[in-house]
Formats: sequence, structure tokens, C-alpha cells
Amino acid sequence: MKITFKLNGRDEEWEVEPGANLLDVLRENGHTEVKRGCDTGDCGACTVLVDGVPRSSCTMMAGQAQGREITTIAGLGDALDPHPLQQAWVEVGAVQCGFCTPGMILSAKALLDEAPMPTEDQIKDALSGNLCRCTGYVKPIEAIKLTATRLNNDKGVTDA
Amino acid sequence: MAIVGTSVHRNDAWAKARGAAKFTGDIRLPGMVEVAVVRSPHARARILEIDTSRASQINGVLGVFTARDIPGKNLVPLVFQDMPALAMDEVRYHGEAVALVVGDTREAAWAGARAVDVKYRVMDAILDPIKALDKDADKLHGNDNVFRRWTVKKGNVDKALQNAHLVVKGTYHTPYQEHLYLEPQSMVAWWSDEGYIEVHGSMQCPFYVRDAVAAVLGLDLSSVHVIQATTGGGFGGKEDVPSTIAAHAALASFLTGRPARLVLSRDEDILVTSKRHPAVIEYESGFDEQGRLLGVKARYVMDAGAYATLSPIVLWRGTMHAAGPYRVEHVDIEALAVATNKVPCGAYRGFGEPQIHFAFESQMDIAADKLGIDPIEMRLKNALEPGDTTATGQVLKKDVGLVQALNAVREASSWDSRFETPGRKQGTVRRGLGVSAVYYGVGLGAAGQALDRAGAFVQVMYDGSAVFAVGTVEMGQGMVSQLSQVIAQELGVSIERVRALPPDTNLLPDSGPTVASRTTVMSGNAVLNACARIKQQLLEATAGILNEPVDALTIEPGRVTGKNGAATLDEVLHRCFLERRDLASTGWFKSPETTWDEKKGQGSPYMTFAWAANVVEVEVDTETGVVTPIEIWAAHDVGKAINPAQVRGQIIGGSLQGLGYGLMEEIIHKDGLMQNNRLSQYIVPTIGDAPKINAIIIETGFEHGPYGAKGFGEQPLIGIAPALANAVYNATGKRVKTLPITPERLFAALHDDKTVD
Repeated sequence: MKITFKLNGRDEEWEVEPGANLLDVLRENGHTEVKRGCDTGDCGACTVLVDGVPRSSCTMMAGQAQGREITTIAGLGDALDPHPLQQAWVEVGAVQCGFCTPGMILSAKALLDEAPMPTEDQIKDALSGNLCRCTGYVKPIEAIKLTATRLNNDKGVTDA
Repeated sequence: MAIVGTSVHRNDAWAKARGAAKFTGDIRLPGMVEVAVVRSPHARARILEIDTSRASQINGVLGVFTARDIPGKNLVPLVFQDMPALAMDEVRYHGEAVALVVGDTREAAWAGARAVDVKYRVMDAILDPIKALDKDADKLHGNDNVFRRWTVKKGNVDKALQNAHLVVKGTYHTPYQEHLYLEPQSMVAWWSDEGYIEVHGSMQCPFYVRDAVAAVLGLDLSSVHVIQATTGGGFGGKEDVPSTIAAHAALASFLTGRPARLVLSRDEDILVTSKRHPAVIEYESGFDEQGRLLGVKARYVMDAGAYATLSPIVLWRGTMHAAGPYRVEHVDIEALAVATNKVPCGAYRGFGEPQIHFAFESQMDIAADKLGIDPIEMRLKNALEPGDTTATGQVLKKDVGLVQALNAVREASSWDSRFETPGRKQGTVRRGLGVSAVYYGVGLGAAGQALDRAGAFVQVMYDGSAVFAVGTVEMGQGMVSQLSQVIAQELGVSIERVRALPPDTNLLPDSGPTVASRTTVMSGNAVLNACARIKQQLLEATAGILNEPVDALTIEPGRVTGKNGAATLDEVLHRCFLERRDLASTGWFKSPETTWDEKKGQGSPYMTFAWAANVVEVEVDTETGVVTPIEIWAAHDVGKAINPAQVRGQIIGGSLQGLGYGLMEEIIHKDGLMQNNRLSQYIVPTIGDAPKINAIIIETGFEHGPYGAKGFGEQPLIGIAPALANAVYNATGKRVKTLPITPERLFAALHDDKTVD
């Protein structure tokens, strides 16, 4: 079957098996920036944004992407123009093995879109579906706070 | 400006933050096929027949292979030569590999694997290590089911315990722990008809993988070319297991002539890969009235599982540390690794130490309480210090930071003003503080001395950039950044322009495994060794430019300075080019000598130790048994922090793994079959479980370490579970001697006095 959707800002039309899941289809089409950690929706490594909302792509049918806007980590920023979250992740040392990183950053992006100056509880809530075994989560939390402060300062909103 | 000692950003962070880093599962080669593994549904059974006819007919299945198709030895070489790559006549644990199915897609391979008909005759399985030691128990290994036994002996412990003012006796049980690296085990192998095989994969030990692939395919070591891919976490779980995964992928490629990829599913990964050994530990610790430790008697029994794998050396490390980081004159430790029909256990961050540290740090706490001594005071009274002799007879040098670590967590946690004597607390929800002191022998030590060497290659380009490669791996811990810092510091090149090449078994000498917190010291020194030769070239060239003797010159970032002037690095490199100087060098380092006399149970087993103290604060709901960790203070003597941010990252991340071990992680078996090999059932800490973790760095300077650094990456996990258990005791007055401290277990302790001390 054919699906049309937006991927990282570009219009796409893909031929997919009716039973295929979104993670498989993305990876088969070269989007290996979406990681496979469990296939059961428990680890969050395969998180993508679906119309801005973080979802585990391993538990979505590819057909569910029809008419939606899908964002992977590659759609957030690139080497020349990184997203402030990517910048902060690197700066504070929130990257260790890096396998959970794309999914975590996407969950953080969705959070900051909703809550520009999130509380620690909001951060923990937003990232509760992203497992990380390396960092103890302390540095990712720091990276999100740093990004929020920077983005709000850019907008002239003061850090309370 | 010094580059070593500053928190530069990781070289690999950008690629990882953009999703651009290529992990093994991201590798796609033309004509690549997928491999699925047929696995035993039984804990122990005889294989009567393997019928592959139905599987072979499935659309997309290219081949079904069993032990009989192996061209070389059916063997994964490790400490013992006892584990087959594919089971031959008998399966010995739930999940053991029986056959390989190769398909042109993952789905086809898996459909094929489901269609392989294996007829088994189920046998009685041995599941309890203590029962396995019975004289009349069925034998899985040798004549006593013991893979290995180690002892430490010193003085006369029975006499010391007789004369002691207080003897604390306790039996402790610790659970399995699964590494749960986020990237599952994965390997790609590519056989070439020219007569060699290339293997790319997720691994800690490229040279172990090489040896295993050479064994099963019957090839020369030089015909097996192993290159490590970006590796998504290891924690010990990618020490020995990748040898088996690679053997399977290599067989599939060799037998089909196509590049072959094997990526384990998460359920499969939890089911069949190594774990931390469950243990039963008995202690008797004797003290005088002032709280001085007089004698330690311990028996440490590990459930090793179906094959020996790394158990003999995991056990050795645990045995070496079993008297605790304390001065003690009378010691009798016996430790056994016992065969059972369960998943073979192996390396996991801490390597046999977390189990015994939980036990002896609980013992210390019980004694402190009974003697009315503050728990930190109790440890300070006994803590090993520079010049002291350990329980194994090793004389310690200057770099013993345990007292500093204890004082640091004492101060940071405001212990003195906040610690209250246990049992005095009231109310449903109660807070408690607990402490632990731990140590970690750096490197492989005397039991692995032959492997304790490392090689490096460094090359400076004429444009001022540099590349390097070492035989140990980056798996997330930060090796690449630290070694880049060493190169930038030594050669004046810009840290941003130092690039790491992946470990490659054909281009680098066997550097041993990336384990035992050995990489900073071993590869750091090997890189220093390589840099020294290049540095000499740079200095000689500069001497010609500045007309100053070599010994008057200093390399700084981007330039070389003399007494009367300076040359930019560009000028120096240009001169090197004109003078045809060699700016590439290999480097080599072998660890300082270590000793172990097995007969006497004494020796100097490690080149040095890292030291740590932890304070954990908890809140306990006494109505539900739920323990909420509030804050952790962890102080670690790392010798010298080459990259403080990364050192803190290791402390924090390791501490949370330790918290998972203490609080929630366990594997459940029923009749020898694993019940919770799913991520929804094997529970690890999420961001919601993470307390505030304060990392404190102590630097004592190790004489043989690069810039004084010593390894410590495993240590952060070790001391958290005991500090947690001690905090729970402090909050509730109940002592839990079985990990993890689940709500059910603590509830039972709070409401049934039989389960407590």
C-alpha cells in the first residue's frame, strides 16, 4: 500500500507492506537515526515526533503515518545548524553511549514546545518513556534546563 | 593551558546527538542476509533430532545450520574451553543456541527459526547452586560442580573470632542483574572468497571476538579481521557474549557466502546473554570494643550457570576484595563458582564485587549499631590508608583516598547534623541515611596478568590534525575523549582535530579486553608511549628552528616554546615535512607486576586500587514498604580526573545502576525457565526513579597512571546497594539481607520479625 506523509519537512510517498511497523519502514528507507532498542514500546530509543507528539515508532503501523508529519532526530538539526537541545546535550555531557540520545532529545523537544520553562517534574514526566542506562538521567535533565533558559532568554523571557 | 584535567566535550557526542553515529544494526551491505537463532525451550535436555526440512522450505530461508556444519571447532574460547557455539547433544540452559537460520529478511529468518523441529528428551535440571554442591547431586561440571574455588588466608581467624568482643554473623542473598545496554547485541560478518572474514560489531573485546571466529571457522587469527562498530553500552555484557554472537554471524556468512547480520531481539538478549551472578554469602566478622575489625570469615557461593565463561575470574576479583577496604589481621575467605542449568553469568560492572560489598558493608553497619558507634566513624577507624597492608598482604602506596572520600561524603551530606541512631524514628514515612565504603582493584590483576598489555597507534598529519587507534574500545564510557586529551596535551595539536579510528585486530596488537576499569591506565600509557616518540621528532625539528637545545623546549597548545622564542605548530610541522621526519608511532604498555600465591591465599593482586565512599538518603513508607531514594553523595578516588565532566558522568550513571541493583532489578526463574525476559517485566530505573546524585572527585595521583589517573568506571555501581540497605535500616530499624529491597520484601521485613536480624 502507498502512504503519503511529511518526513522531516519533506513530502514523501512510500510503498509499504500493510502489516509493516513504522520503525522498520523508516530504518529500511535509510533513517537509521531512529534506533531499535526493544520492539515493544518500552525503551523509547525509536521515539519520533508525530505531528509534534513523541511516539514509539516500533508500536505504530506504518499506515498510521498517512497524512501526518513525522520528525526524526535528523529533522531537528544538522552538523552546521544543530538544534539548541543537541548543542546542550553535547555541552553538559549528556551523551555517553548515545543509543538513547535521539529519542530523548525528541521527547525533550516536544516538552519544550508545550512548556517553554518546564519544572523538573515536567521534565521527568516527559522523559519517563526514554530509558538510559549510562547517564543516570542527571545530565539530560541539566541539558533540558539549559536549553529552556537559553531559548527563553533569546525570546526576552526572564528565567524565574 | 592544560587540556588534561579539563571537561572538554566528547569527540563522538555530535554524531550521536544527531543520530549520525552508525551502530552495528545500522550497517547495510549489498546482499546482506539476516540470521535468527533456534534456542532451547528447556533448562536441560538431550537433543534427539533436529529436523530442518520444514524450515528450509519457507520462502526466503537460505539455510539452516547446526553444530554439524561448523568447519572449525565448536567452541567459544574463554577461561575454560567448555562452551559450544551451537549445542551438540545436550542443551544446558533456557535459550541456549541450537541452530542458525539464515533468511533474506529478518522476518524470513525468524519464520524459519520457528519452523525448525527439535526433538528433546527433557532431563532433570540443577537449579540451586547450594544443592549442586551436595555430594550426590547430578554433575554438570567435574566431580563437584565447582568451576573454580579461590581462598584468601591470613592469621588465625577462628582464634580472632573467639577473642572478639562482638561477632556479627549474617547470610546474604543477591540477585541476577541484567546489563540492559540500550543497544542489543549485534554483529555483521562478511566472508570473502579470498580467504578471510571481516567482522563489525558491538563489543568490548575485539580480540576475544577474533579468537572465537578463528576457532569456529578454523582460520588463522590473521584471517579474521575484527573492527568494532559504535557500541551502545556494554557494562561487561559485551565482554564475552559478542564472541558467541560473532561466531554465529560468521558461520552464517561463511556457509552462505553472503554478508550476514545478527541482531538479538530484546527478549532474546535478556534471555541468553550473561548477567551478574546471583550469590549466597555467609559472613562472620569479629570486632573489639572500640569497633576495630579483628577477623573476617566468609564463604561466597556464586551461581555461575551452565558454562564457566568468565566465572573463574569474576569470582577471583570478588575473593580478593572480600575482607573489605579495611585493616584486618585474620582472614579466611572461601569462594566457589558453581555450575547450574541456568544462563551463564559473566562480567557486569563490578565483576564479583557488588555482591560481597553488599554483605560486608551490611556487616560493618550491624557492628556499628551494636557497638553504638557512628557508621562513618566505624569505617574511618578501620579504613585502609597509605602504607597499610591489605587482607591479601598487598602493601599500599600513596594513592589511598578512602579516608578523604569518607570525610567528603560526611561533609557533603551534612551527616553529623542529620544522622540519627536507628530505630528512633516515628511516623509512617521515615527518612534514613546510610553509608558504604568500597574499593576496586584496577586492571586485570595477577589472575589476568598475561592479558594486561595495550597497544596504540598515533599519527600527526602535516596540517596539524591527528588520528589515533587503540586496541581497547569506546562503548560510551568516554575513552576516546580522554585519549584525545592526552594526545592534544602531549603534542600541542587541537583537541577538535584529533580523530579516533575504530579498534581493528589486524592493525593493532592484542591489547586485552576493555574491562576491569583498565582502559585509562593501559591505553592512556600506550598512547603516551606513542606520543613520546612523535614528541621527540617535533622537539628536534623545533630545535633547528629556534636554535635552542631540545631540553629547553616545551610543547604548548598550537606552538612549541623555547627560552628565547616560540615556533607555531604549523612551522614545526612544515619543518618536519622538509626533514622527512616520521610523525607516526606505535605505543605499548604492560601493567606493573602483580602477584598471587594460590597455595598461601596471599599476594599483591592489583597494580593499585580505586576507593570510594557513598551516602544514600531514603524515604521509606512503612505502610507499603516503598523505598524512595532522595539523594546520593558519591566520592571516588580516581587518581586524577583527565576529564572531570566524564568522571562525574561515570559516577552518576554507575550510581543509578547500583540503585537499580539495590532496589528493583531481578530475574525470576520458574522450573529453570526465565520468566521476565521482557523490558516491561525486567524493571530498571527510569528518569522518575533517579534521585539527585552528587559526584565528588578525589585525586591522590597513581604513580603508574597517565598524569596520575587510575581506572574506576566500575566502582560507582558497587557501593550503592549497601548504602541503600543501611539507609533503610536507619529509617526503619529493619535489616534486609536479600536484594533487591522491593516493597514486598521490605513490607515482609517490617511486618514479620523472622525475616530480620
